[in-house]
Parts: sequence; structure tokens; C-alpha cells
Amino acid sequence: MPELTTEVDRLSLVIEIGSMPVRVHTTDARFLTMLQDRYAGFVSASEQAEIEFDVQLTPPNSPDPYAPVSVTHRLGRWTFERGDFRAEWEPASRTGWIRQTANPYSIDAVLRIFHTLVLARQGGFLMHSASAIRNGKAFLFAGVSEAGKTTISRLAPPDATLLTDEISYVRKQGAGYVAYGTPFTGELAKLGENVSAPVAALYLLAKGSENRIDPIPPGEATRSLLANLLFFAEDEELVQSTFHSAFEFVSRVPVSRLTFVPDARVWELIG
Amino acid sequence: MSRLYVARNPRVAARSLDGEMMIMSGRDSTLFTLNKTATILWQSADGTTPLDEIVEHRICTEFEVAPAVALQDAETVARELASHEILQISEEPIPPRNTVAGESR
Repeated sequence: MPELTTEVDRLSLVIEIGSMPVRVHTTDARFLTMLQDRYAGFVSASEQAEIEFDVQLTPPNSPDPYAPVSVTHRLGRWTFERGDFRAEWEPASRTGWIRQTANPYSIDAVLRIFHTLVLARQGGFLMHSASAIRNGKAFLFAGVSEAGKTTISRLAPPDATLLTDEISYVRKQGAGYVAYGTPFTGELAKLGENVSAPVAALYLLAKGSENRIDPIPPGEATRSLLANLLFFAEDEELVQSTFHSAFEFVSRVPVSRLTFVPDARVWELIG
Repeated sequence: MSRLYVARNPRVAARSLDGEMMIMSGRDSTLFTLNKTATILWQSADGTTPLDEIVEHRICTEFEVAPAVALQDAETVARELASHEILQISEEPIPPRNTVAGESR
């Protein structure tokens, strides 16, 4: 009797960001190679994963690139949707699936959302900021688009290790915070190093005619931090958790305004 | 003339920092920073103390303002906060529900 079914190879890799291993399964070898290239430096040999995502590739289409992200929670299951993907994650079973075309951007968005949700429950967050390690300490440089995240990253001296030029990964650890490298890039298009260090300071970037650091009141620091956090979920519990996390962070980490001219001397003030 | 009662919405996140009250809507993550009058109103909004008593005992004692003017201003502020679902307003006392998470932290 002829074989009626064909066995399909199930391929996988573990993407470890912020010390959180996420296993991604696919049946498409070319997509797997694409992910290995995209997350070079963040692919882990870890056998254990916090979550397993099955990626179901769909035929090429023309999704609306400006479609809003929707993140909802219902009956113990998170649903992430945008024009180019749909994903579900069930925390209890540590499993989920992603339906998308064979591109690296959709899964990148899913991973950002997933990490945002996990971190929110742990007192951490993803933030629109560049970050780097110098002298064993991590420094965050936050600001909106054009504030100077890419510029300050580009000006980093050789003894600074760039964690990201766009999205910083911050975990609460004991009485302090630790920043991790991320593969989430901005204009510099350079992956951060997959290393971590305790956060020593958060600088709110401003371009000016001189390099200087000015203290800012806690209220302004908190508002600025909240304005720079990545947050997608329309979930009251997580909104409250993130809100209080911002206050905790400001109470434990010095927050200042870093005004700088675009040259490397600004780094004389850092570290 | 009916009296107004105001109560904090337990579904928002609120926190005071250096005397500045910040509130985030749990519905749409909008952040509000309250001025002094609104902060007093928020802190006094227990659902059982009428607005005119809050104005008389908490606002008029803090600011040099005529009670009638203060009451009118407080009602405007209360309705504005209610439109963002930060406060609840009723012509009847509002029974307590959950406390506001982190309000006094």
C-alpha cells in the first residue's frame, strides 16, 4: 500500500534575548537560515526554552505596512495581530504560533511584543533608547526619533560595547536593573552585543551647542521614561504594572538630561 | 440643588511623586499629571464626601478663593476627570469598590 503521508522535517532554533530563550519551529529551511542570519549572536545552543513558537508560513501577499498592532488577552491566551502577521501565545502551556510570510520583520515584531509582555510582569521593559556598556556599567540614552540615539551610538568609543542603537532591554534584578543587548536595530542597522551589565544611568537625549549633563526632577524623569517605553497591550493589569515599574526605575536609577553636540567628546562625560 | 459625589476609579494607576500626582488610564494608557486642585480633589474623592464639602474643607482652606467660584471650578475639573474615566461622578454616594493600586506609594 502506498504511503499516504509525507513526513515533514521540523526545524528549529533558539533565539535568546535578555537571557530568555525562545524556540522557533519551522518546516522551511530557507526561513530558518534567514532567522539564523537575522539573529546572529542571539542564536543559542540552549536545550531549554521559555516558550516554543511554531511559525506557519503563508504565501506572499501585500499587507498594509501601516496597520496598527493589536495585542489582546482572552481566556488565558494572548493574540498579537498586525497587517503582516497573526500570532497567539498561551503562557500556561508555554507555546504559541505565528502566521506570517517568509520575512524577518514580522517575527521581529512578535518577539518585541512577547518580551514586552513578559518583562511587564517582572518589573522590566523595552525602551526606545540606545544603550552601551562602559567600565562594566550600562548606560541608556533615550529619546524620540531624531533625538540622537543613532548619533550617540555611532560616536561610542572603542572601549564601549553597544547593546542597541534603538530598543533597550531592561530587567529588574534585585534592587537594581540590568540592561541586555538586543538584535533590535535602528538606523545604524548593527545588532547589539549579546551581553549585559547593571544599569548605572538613564540619559534623556537633547542636541545642543555644548556637552553637559543636567539633573531633572523625578516627575519629568518618570513622564519621559513612560513616553519612551514600548507597550502594546490593552490590558489594565499590565498598564498598571508598567506604570509602577517606571516609578520604581526612577527611584533607583539616576535620570539626567544629556545635551550634546555631535562629536565624540560627549563620551568623556559617560562612564 | 443636588449634591455631587466623586470617587476615584479603581481601574487607573496613580502615584504621587514630590507632590505631583500622576495617573495613567488603564483603558488607553494615557498619562495625566494633576495640578494642585485636581490632586486634592483626587485624594478626597472617597465617594461619600459631597463635592461641596471637599471644596469647603480641603480647597478653600488651601487657596484664597470664594467658595462658590471654587465649587464651580471643582465641578468642572471633576467632570473633566470623569470624561477620561479617572473619577466617577454621581448625585448619590458612590459605594466603595477596590482601592486604587499604588495610590499611596
